[in-house]
Amino acid sequence: MELTEKDALTLSKLISKREVSSKEVVDAYLNRIEKVEPVIHAFINLSAELARKQALEIDEKLSRGEEAGRYAGVPIAIKDVLSTKSFHTTCASRMLENFIPIYDATAVRKVFNAGCVMIGKANMDEFAMGSSTENSYFGVTRNPWDTNRVPGGSSGGSAAAVAAREAPWALGSDTGGSIRQPAALCGIVGLKPTYGLVSRYGLVAFASSLDQVGPMTLNVKDCAALLGLIAGHDPLDSTSIPRTPDEYLSGLTGDVRGLKAGVVKEISGEGIDPDVLSCFYKGIGALEECGVHVEEVTLPSFEYALSAYYIIAPAEASSNLARFDGIRYGFRTECDCADIWEMYDRTRSEGFGGEVKRRIMLGTYALSAGYYEAYYAQAQKIRTLIIRDYNRAWDKFDVLLSPTSPTTAFKIGEKIDDPLTMYLSDICTIPVNLAGIPAISVPCGFSKGLPVGFQIMGPPLEEARILNVAYALEQSLNLDMRPPV
Amino acid sequence: MDFETIIGLEIHAELSTKSKMFCGCSTVFGGEPNTKTCPVCLGHPGTLPVANRKAIEYAILLGLALNCEIAERSIFHRKNYFYPDMPKNYQISQYDIPLSRNGFLEIDMGEYKRRVGIIRVHLEEDTGKSIHVGESGRIHGAERSLEDFNRAGIPLVEIVTEPDLRSPEEARNFMMELRAVLEYLGISDCKMEEGSLRCDANISVGVGGSRGTKVEIKNMNSFRALQRALSFEEKRQRDVLLKGGIVTQETRHWDEAAGITHALRTKEEAFDYRYFPEPDLVPIEPDPPWVEELRRSLPEMPAERLRRFISEYGLPKDIAKVLVYDKKLGNFYEETVRKGENPIEIAKWVAGDLAGLLNEASIDADLSPVRPGGVSELVHLVESGVISGRMAKDVLKEAFESGESPRQIVSRKGLSQIADSNEILAIVKQVIKENPQAVSDYLDGKEQALKYLMGQVMKLTRGKANPKMASEMLVEALKMRE
Ligand SMILES: [Zn+2]
Repeated sequence: MELTEKDALTLSKLISKREVSSKEVVDAYLNRIEKVEPVIHAFINLSAELARKQALEIDEKLSRGEEAGRYAGVPIAIKDVLSTKSFHTTCASRMLENFIPIYDATAVRKVFNAGCVMIGKANMDEFAMGSSTENSYFGVTRNPWDTNRVPGGSSGGSAAAVAAREAPWALGSDTGGSIRQPAALCGIVGLKPTYGLVSRYGLVAFASSLDQVGPMTLNVKDCAALLGLIAGHDPLDSTSIPRTPDEYLSGLTGDVRGLKAGVVKEISGEGIDPDVLSCFYKGIGALEECGVHVEEVTLPSFEYALSAYYIIAPAEASSNLARFDGIRYGFRTECDCADIWEMYDRTRSEGFGGEVKRRIMLGTYALSAGYYEAYYAQAQKIRTLIIRDYNRAWDKFDVLLSPTSPTTAFKIGEKIDDPLTMYLSDICTIPVNLAGIPAISVPCGFSKGLPVGFQIMGPPLEEARILNVAYALEQSLNLDMRPPV
Repeated sequence: MDFETIIGLEIHAELSTKSKMFCGCSTVFGGEPNTKTCPVCLGHPGTLPVANRKAIEYAILLGLALNCEIAERSIFHRKNYFYPDMPKNYQISQYDIPLSRNGFLEIDMGEYKRRVGIIRVHLEEDTGKSIHVGESGRIHGAERSLEDFNRAGIPLVEIVTEPDLRSPEEARNFMMELRAVLEYLGISDCKMEEGSLRCDANISVGVGGSRGTKVEIKNMNSFRALQRALSFEEKRQRDVLLKGGIVTQETRHWDEAAGITHALRTKEEAFDYRYFPEPDLVPIEPDPPWVEELRRSLPEMPAERLRRFISEYGLPKDIAKVLVYDKKLGNFYEETVRKGENPIEIAKWVAGDLAGLLNEASIDADLSPVRPGGVSELVHLVESGVISGRMAKDVLKEAFESGESPRQIVSRKGLSQIADSNEILAIVKQVIKENPQAVSDYLDGKEQALKYLMGQVMKLTRGKANPKMASEMLVEALKMRE
C-alpha cells in the first residue's frame, strides 16, 4: 500500500518506529502532489523545499533518539487563512498575494511543535467567504470525486488535498460551515470545535464571533488526534476558554449504546436533496443499530438562522477587513492617486474580489446609523433564540443530527452567479456557528457517486461525545472513501 | 442682552502603564518611529487584542476618584472609520456600557465652588501619529503622509463632563483640578504639551434663559490655550447673536498662533462610526472585592490635601494651592516640614523662591537640587538670625545652582550675620563718632536720622549685622548721648 493511502496516525507510528523516514513520507506526498495537483489545484503555495528540510531535521532528531514531537514528520496542509511566519499567507486574495507574515498562528505553532511538516497552504474562498472555493483569486479547486465539481468551501483546498491524498490531514476554518461542508462534499471528516476551544490567534478574521480553526482528516481517529493537538487555552486570544481540553483520542470507544439523538426537522427535510436525505437516513439506521435512540426534534428558530448569519458575519467582516487599506502591508493600487481617499478606494476595489466586496457592503449597511437596530440588533436576538432552542434540546438529547449539506458537490460555475442559492449551501451548518457549539461531519454514503456528509452536533465542549458518535457511525458503515483521482 | 455660556469638556488622558492597551509593546514616549510596535498594534492580519489589566485598574481608580459608579459589567465597542494612523481602521473604545459613569468633581473658584458632573469615564486605545508633507500640513492636499505607530494602542481614558461649566475660567480650573487628580492617582503623565492630556470642548452661548447652539472646539494644547480658545469662542458667539445672527453647529479648530477658532471642513467630521460590540474581547467584569480594595487604596485627593494644609499647617489658601496643585512640590513641602522647622516659613520658601527656581529650570520638585534638608537648614538659619531673609534668597539660589548645602555656603562665604554684640557695638560707636550731624538731628527729634545711621552700620558691616541687634544697640547708644 502506498504511503499516501495511510492515515496520519499510521504514518506517525511508522515514522516514530523509524520504519519509514519523514523524508520518505514527505517525498511520497510531493510525488502525489506532482501527479494530481495540476488537476485538483488544492494549494495556493506549496512549501516543498521547506517540507523536505523540516523532514530531514526530524529524521536526524529521531536518529539521535531525540524527542521530535507527538506527530513528528507527518505532513499537513494548512488553509491559507492561518498566519505562517516567513511563508506566504494570501487568504486567496489579491490583497495579500505577496504578503509574508512575521508570526505563526497559535494553531500553526502547535502543529509545528508536534513535529508536523507543512506541505503547503491550501486554497480557499477569498477571506473564507464562500461555499465552493470558486471565490479564490488563485483559481478554483476541483473535487477529487468529480473534477467538474466544486470541493465545497471555504476550506475547499484543505478538503480536496486530504481527499486526493495530497496531505494526510489539514487545518481548516469554519465560520458558517467552511470545514464541515467541504468535508462532506469531498468525503472526509471535518470538525468545527466549540467557540473558544481552539485559539483564533493568527486566523485572519472573517467573522470574529463565529470563526473557529478545526481539523480536516481522513477518518475520525485522526480528527480526534489533530483536535487534541490544537485545542487549549491561549493567552493571546481573550475569547479562548481557560480549560484543559479532554482526551479525545482515548475517548473513541465506539460504544454509543443508550445515547439519545435528535434529528433536527428544520434542516433534515424540506430543502434537502432527496438522495442526500436517504443517505442520511441510512446513517441514522446504522446509529440505531449501534444502540442510539433517535427521535425527531423541532428547533423553530432555525428558520431565521441563515438571515441572522448574513447580517452578523458580514457586519463583523466589514470591520475586520477594514485593515486592508494599502498602507502598512499587502496590495496597493498602482494608480497615481490624488489623495489618500482615492488610494483607499482603488486599493480596495482592485484588491478584493466580488463576494468579499458584496459582504463588506452588506455589513457596512447593517451597522449604519439608523439600520443597526433593525438589522444587527435583531440578528443578535435571533442568535439568542437559536442558543435557547439548542439548550432546550440538550435537556432531552445528547447529540443532534442532520445532513451536513443540502446537496452533494455541485458543478463548477453552477451557483456562482446566484449568491442566494449559494448561501443556502450552509443552511445546515450555520446554526452551529451562531450557537458556538461543536459539530462534526462524517461521510455516510454516496449519492450518484458523490459523497454525502452526516452532521453530529453536541453541547458546548462535548467534542469527545460527537467524535465518539462519529466513530461509531464510521466503524459501522465502513465505507471505502477513496476517490477516483 | 442676558447671555449664558455653557461648557462641557471631553478629556483624553494617556495612562502611564508600562505596556500598551492590547499588546505588550512599551509605552515610553519618543524613540525612533515604528520601533515600539508588534503585529497586534500594527493591525497585522489574524492578530487579536488582549486587554491590559493595569489599564483597567487605573481607569477604575479614576472612576472612583471622580465619585463614579463602577459598572459590574462593561464592554468594548469598535469605532469604525478610515484614517491612516489607525492600524485596524477601527478604534477599540467603549460606547453605551462604559467602565464607570455618574460621578462629579468639585472645583474651587474662590468666591464659590461648583460641582461638575462626570457623565462617563471609559477606556480606549490611542492612534498613531501622522505627519502630512505638503503645504496644507493636513491630510487633505498632502503630497505624502508619514505614519509613526509607536503611540498606536497606548491606553487612554476618556472623561466626559456634563455641560456644567459656566465660563472659560471654570473650564480651565476644572482641567487643573482633573490634572491634579490624575497626578495624585499616579496614573498619567498629564503633559498637555506632549499630548498625554488632551481636551476638546463644547461651548454654547444662550440668550435670556434659552440654550444656545453647541459648537465643538478642538486642538487646545495647553491650559492657557483652553481658556483663550473658549474666551474667543464665547465672544465670537455673543457677537454673532448681538448682530442677530445664528450660531452654526459645527466643529472649530483653535489656531494658537492666530488666536482664533475656524470652522473645520465638514467632510472631516461627517462620520458614521458604525459602533458594534468588539467580538475579540470579553466583557470587563471587575470583582467587587477588587473594586473595594482599589477604593480603599485611593490616595488623598488634592482637594482634601488643600483642606489639610490649611488646617494642619495654618497656611494661607493661595500658598497652600501652589503646594497642592503640584503634587511633587506638595510632597517636597511635607518632607521638609517633617524635619521640624516652622511650617508657614517653609511654605513661603517652597511655594515662593524654590518653586520659582524649579519652574525657571523646568525641573520637577522631586528632582530639585536643593533637597528638603537644605530648605529646612535655610529656614533654620533665618529663624535663628544667622542670616537675613534677604541673604537667604541668594543662598537658596546658589545652593540651587551648585548643589552645595545652605550651611556650607554661609560658612564658606562668611555670610553669617554679625551677632557678636561687642563687634556691633564697636561699629555703632564708630558710626556715631563719624556722623555728628545725623546724631544731633536724631537727638533733635528727627526720626529720619536713625534710618540713615542704621544704613551706615549696615554699610560698614557689609550688611552682615543682625539688623534687630544693630538697631537696638544704636538706639541704646544714642540714648546715652542725650
Ligand atoms: Zn504592540
